[in-house]
Amino acid sequence: MIEVENLTKRYGGKLAVNNISFKIDEGEIVGFLGPNGAGKSTTMNMLTGYLSSTDGIIKIDGYDILTNPNEAKTKIGYLPEQPPLYIDMTVEEYLDFMYDLKKVKLPRNAHIKEICDMVKITDVYHRMIRNLSKGYRQRVGIAQALLGNPDVLILDEPTVGLDPKQIIDIRSLIKRLGNGHTVILSSHILSEIQAVCERIIIINEGVIVADDTTENLSMNLSEDHRLLAQIEGNSVAVLEALRSIDGVTNVISLGEKSENVYEYSIETVDRCDKRREVFKTVVDHNWVLLGLSYTGMTLEDVFLKLTSSNNTSNKHIINSSIGNDLDNNDTDEEVKDNAGDIQA
Amino acid sequence: MLAIFRRELKAYFNSMTGTIFIAVYYFFSGLYFFITLSYQIASLTTVFGSMFVIVLMLLPLLTMRLFSEERRNKTDQALLTAPVSLTSIVIGKYLAAITVLFLAMLINVVYGVVLTAFGNPDWLMIIANILGQFLLGAAVIAIGLFISSLTESQIIAAVSTLGVSLLIILIDSAASLVEYNWVSKVVEWISFNIRYDDFTYGIVSIPSVLFFISVSAIFIFLTIRKLDKRRWN
Repeated sequence: MIEVENLTKRYGGKLAVNNISFKIDEGEIVGFLGPNGAGKSTTMNMLTGYLSSTDGIIKIDGYDILTNPNEAKTKIGYLPEQPPLYIDMTVEEYLDFMYDLKKVKLPRNAHIKEICDMVKITDVYHRMIRNLSKGYRQRVGIAQALLGNPDVLILDEPTVGLDPKQIIDIRSLIKRLGNGHTVILSSHILSEIQAVCERIIIINEGVIVADDTTENLSMNLSEDHRLLAQIEGNSVAVLEALRSIDGVTNVISLGEKSENVYEYSIETVDRCDKRREVFKTVVDHNWVLLGLSYTGMTLEDVFLKLTSSNNTSNKHIINSSIGNDLDNNDTDEEVKDNAGDIQA
Repeated sequence: MLAIFRRELKAYFNSMTGTIFIAVYYFFSGLYFFITLSYQIASLTTVFGSMFVIVLMLLPLLTMRLFSEERRNKTDQALLTAPVSLTSIVIGKYLAAITVLFLAMLINVVYGVVLTAFGNPDWLMIIANILGQFLLGAAVIAIGLFISSLTESQIIAAVSTLGVSLLIILIDSAASLVEYNWVSKVVEWISFNIRYDDFTYGIVSIPSVLFFISVSAIFIFLTIRKLDKRRWN
């Protein structure tokens, strides 16, 4: 659906986006992740045709955004970082205008009403946009992106300024839209990306430093690959049974967590997945499995690892230091800020 | 293009700039018309001749927000990512601005009718007057449109356009102070005032018509180029 090849954007002497390539299939929900100034918005602005690339090709459903802009743009619904709202219009007038501007062919009233119901702005439909709160403005922005039922939705930080309930609403809306739409969404709130996206592209200093599913990301980057299990049952017998599983190299008891419940750390050969075997063993012995998880990195850990600028173990980051668009001093702080978002 | 034209026109009257423009236009043209009536002249030449300065001073009000406001509020992102060409965006806005000018100028027809009630004015001359002022306004609007695409600030756009208007007003008298013959030749050729004055005396010369249309076209083209160039850096 979306093909990006060797995309580069240069602002004067600064490289904002440095030779990135990726492909997104129909129906995928992809999260763009990266510290502020990493090139997320610039990339999105190029995908939507707002900015032109210095170099590289962008194709939306086969249409090149430079040579067939109108065909490509018809396929895209875009919510920029700041919703492009005319504050001197009512929601009704605004959506009407955007409907005309986008040359939507669907039945006007029914289509606009459906979208308003979907993003829950029906009760402010006749009000001036200037009088709306940030959350409502954001939702009018999303409504505008949905007009014409485009195949591709590009949402730049869609949940900024919303209250927790609205955030949950919008996330479930995005998930629902993922059926049948291709969605790209950027955020620096990691839990959001984790909750909504199947695939994550992490951008730092204008280059892609990771592009994979959430699970794989934390698996592959972690050096520590133990399985943590909480099992209710006689600890000696459990230890013995776990050790006898094929492929398990070492099992350590981490102590009693509550009455007759012990936690175990299980190491396996070549990081292979032994969760099923552990479960079966527990069931066979009539014990109770209370918890089973990987010690693998959380997304926060992955993010911090990939985007911290003093990380020299990542080859991409070394390559990109030539085209550093970021003030390095800022990066660390912003990463910390972002980490704060998650905990909050 | 039609969607942009409609929105822009509505915005002129929502934001009062269109209303104020028309009100001030009515006030001054009414004043000059009153003077014409008091001298019992069955011609609008004085009215139109005097309105040259007023129109030039007022038009920055119409053009200052056209692109600068879009850029400041980031609404240009909606326009530029919609499946419409830059040309139709620019022309849509341009048409909205000249429509407001046209609405204001309709009052001149009323003056003509009033004159007809008392005397025998030359309607062809009145039409030439209206045409001349409209072409002049259209050219200045194109210049203002271009200037508003250069900046995010409405104030800067307004003041710069006003500066250009003042230059257009004063260039004739400035040129007369210079001794070189070729300077006055050039100024005579680019002078809006001299060309406009022809119209107020009922002379519709094709070169003058083409001159104003060319100025409009050049600045519309420059605006499109400017917006396109902004996407590249």
